[in-house]
Amino acid sequence: MLDDLDRRIVAATQGGLPLVPEPYRAVAETVGAAPEEVMSRLRRMADQGIVRRIGAVPNHYALGWNANGMSVWDVPDELVAALGRRVGALDFVSHCYRRPRHLPHWPYNLFAMVHGGGRAEVAEKVAAITEMLGPDARAHEVLYSTRILKKTGLRIAA
Amino acid sequence: MSVDFDAIDRRIVNELQGGFPVCARPYAEAAAKLDLDEADLIARIGKLVADGRLSRFAPMFNAERLGGAVCLCAMAVPEADFDAVAKQVNAHGEVAHNYAREHALNMWFVLASEKPERIDETAAEIEAETGLEVFLMPKLEEYFIGLKVEV
Repeated sequence: MLDDLDRRIVAATQGGLPLVPEPYRAVAETVGAAPEEVMSRLRRMADQGIVRRIGAVPNHYALGWNANGMSVWDVPDELVAALGRRVGALDFVSHCYRRPRHLPHWPYNLFAMVHGGGRAEVAEKVAAITEMLGPDARAHEVLYSTRILKKTGLRIAA
Repeated sequence: MSVDFDAIDRRIVNELQGGFPVCARPYAEAAAKLDLDEADLIARIGKLVADGRLSRFAPMFNAERLGGAVCLCAMAVPEADFDAVAKQVNAHGEVAHNYAREHALNMWFVLASEKPERIDETAAEIEAETGLEVFLMPKLEEYFIGLKVEV
């Protein structure tokens, strides 16, 4: 797991990399380590999947993708992995997960977040998923967000 | 939804959603691939973040691999109580995001904690405070987590 210096590096970078020519040197100064040490730890965390990627995190809403529809699908459990990979590969799907059903209230086991410039566009994209899944999609719904009630994200302390 | 940025900004957003180098002068290296100079790239990223088109320019960490836990939860909240329940739910520091959605299950929030046991504990606390059932919808498998917003 993470040691103390790793945690300080996460805490120092999670909100944004310094916008200076040598950002890792600036992080190194913040956390009290050598720049080479910070860089080798970031590379190690990337290799371990602790860092998913480094770069621009777009704000979907500000970029005009102001409708997000959480599409949820009831597909056979034995096919969910294969179908999930196909749905997840679509360029308008930003997250695709298998989650548990809660019968009888909630029969859906595959979630795919669909982004678009409006509900009509989201609906078209969901129709494309419906067509792709064919009869394997036994039921589906799209849940549109109407309000953001809170958005702080996960923050780890140093 | 005014998305008035030029072709260079668009390339920065499309091509720098991952793969930012870890080296002494990463902006210079990334800028070279985009036919920009280092100072121009830094200035443009700063502006994209400042005006909110980018949420941030940073490493994106995998919360579970940091040793913590994350769980999507849903509740069916009576309309009349919705704002009061939102307040009760949001008061928990473990609630990272909370969205109202159009459905019988109309409140969807994400619990995140560095202490995995806090997920079940917080859900139980919310149930006790609100008298409503919290449906836990943990991720069982991940098929994609995207990096492909095209602008």
